[in-house]
Amino acid sequence: MAIIAELKNVTKLYGTKMALGSVNLQVDEGEILALLGPNGSGKTTLLKILAFLEKPTLGEVYFSNRKVTDQNMMQMRMKSTMVFQKTVLFDTTVYDNVAYGLKVRKTPKKEIVERVGRALELVGLEGFNKRHAKKLSGGEQQRVALARAIALKTKLLLLDEPTANLDPKNAALVEEIIATVNRELKTTIVMATHNMFQAKNLPNRIALMNYGRISETGTPKEIFGKLSKNLVSFASLENTFVGKAKITENGTTLIDIGNNVEVAATSKCQGKVSVFISPEDIILSRTHFVSSARNVFKGKIVEISNFGSVVRLKVDVGKPFTVQITKRSFNEMKLNLNSEVYITFKASSVQIL
Amino acid sequence: MSFTLVILAMVDILEGIIKALQLIVSGDPTLYGILYRSLLFSGSAAVLATLWGTPIAMLLSLKDFRGKTIIKGFFNTLIGIPTVVLGLVLFLIFSKSGPLGFLGLLYTPAAIILGEAVLVTPILISIMTSAIEAVDPEIVNLAKTLGASESQTAIAVLKEALNGVLLSNIASFNRAIAELGVALLVGGNIAGSTDILTTAISRYTARGDLDLAVALGILLMIIIFGINMIVIATRKLRWLSILGKSPQ
Repeated sequence: MAIIAELKNVTKLYGTKMALGSVNLQVDEGEILALLGPNGSGKTTLLKILAFLEKPTLGEVYFSNRKVTDQNMMQMRMKSTMVFQKTVLFDTTVYDNVAYGLKVRKTPKKEIVERVGRALELVGLEGFNKRHAKKLSGGEQQRVALARAIALKTKLLLLDEPTANLDPKNAALVEEIIATVNRELKTTIVMATHNMFQAKNLPNRIALMNYGRISETGTPKEIFGKLSKNLVSFASLENTFVGKAKITENGTTLIDIGNNVEVAATSKCQGKVSVFISPEDIILSRTHFVSSARNVFKGKIVEISNFGSVVRLKVDVGKPFTVQITKRSFNEMKLNLNSEVYITFKASSVQIL
Repeated sequence: MSFTLVILAMVDILEGIIKALQLIVSGDPTLYGILYRSLLFSGSAAVLATLWGTPIAMLLSLKDFRGKTIIKGFFNTLIGIPTVVLGLVLFLIFSKSGPLGFLGLLYTPAAIILGEAVLVTPILISIMTSAIEAVDPEIVNLAKTLGASESQTAIAVLKEALNGVLLSNIASFNRAIAELGVALLVGGNIAGSTDILTTAISRYTARGDLDLAVALGILLMIIIFGINMIVIATRKLRWLSILGKSPQ
């Protein structure tokens, strides 16, 4: 696969603060690459360097095998575009916002009208031309920003936390748009996210970032299938717990994660451990059912997040577990906040560090 | 007794106002000549101040450099300079023995225009800088990532700060048309040549021609009020035209 962009030993300093430290990264043409890491890990800085909005303090940046220099930076900027985490809009209509980049490129008016129309259609905002961009809802504004980038048909599209400030419904819409743009327009996309769930489902590849460095790259299956220290170190999110492990008489490991919750795992270990259970490995039921699974806990639903075709629930069994079920199951089971439920998962689903 | 005097004074003032209105309605050439010169000189001064003040405001708001805070403070301080003091400084510069005496500008319309432009520049810069600084700083990155050059980016920022930019222009014009000290000292208040609303009011009041003085005062207030109303209406029209331009 052709490499569209490459960072070689890129370091970025802001004064004495290191935002990026000796980063090496290749972006393959046509892929969706996710930069996954906590806030402050350097994702935005890396995106700005790929957008040629920032210059590295040290190291080199290549685009389509050409080294990016001061002389050709303006030209390179035409080949990529970035959508910022905080939606930034011009104080004018939706049409003028989306058309701005095309006008700057001296695109003929007829073509501008056509491309703006197509971009708005792609993001589900047909007929919004004359609306004032800043008077739209948050989700609509983010889609205007996306349409503005899509209309340019650049080789590389950079998205900084595209769904961070959106409700689950709009977040799902935006994710669908990203997938469509990649699939239909063959646009290479690099997106920054701290959302593990998003990183699992959307990209072809993930680069884990922390403290300004890339610690690991791989496919979602490689990164999440075998849990790494790097992932858990920032994850501290859903279904990651620290506990005390002991090996029982029958050979399994019991891990006390606090509040009278003991998790059974197949891996043998003792002492202080970190454990992770993937939300998709947990079965949710209204009643207790007998099975071979060793881990069964009763709890209450304390949070519901709608992601379009799937629903994520936070169930408090003494410790909060995130469970993912289909929308259909959610409706059929008639679940609500404070519904009493059971969560069940196998000992082999418990991943230990 | 004192009540009677107050009534008599009020009658005098009323009579003066009525005569002033008659002068305005009659199209008195002296009156309208003064009005025309005021608008021309102050308008030109505001345009000149915009031309040299806008790049300075953009620099102060968008770029970081050593001494920036001091320069900003300097312009803010100059806003309060007494017009007669500036007028005196300019008089010394433009006078025959001054460094620019060879230009022969003293007591000419050009001197008033230049002098008023210098007077209003700090106000323009101060307001415009604040307006540009209030624009989301990410607009610069946005314009760049959409392919804009440095100048196109600057225009994009100015457009976002349009309300503030317009305000800076109005404030400059209002200050120019209402000032007395500079126009008097470098213009000389020569009838038919360099007399403007404020200097003429001063002359006619001193001479006791209160009708003319009041008429000029009314015209001055109408201008200041009228310009502000026009700008507000223009801003509303701007939005309508933007909406009209965007195709379906």
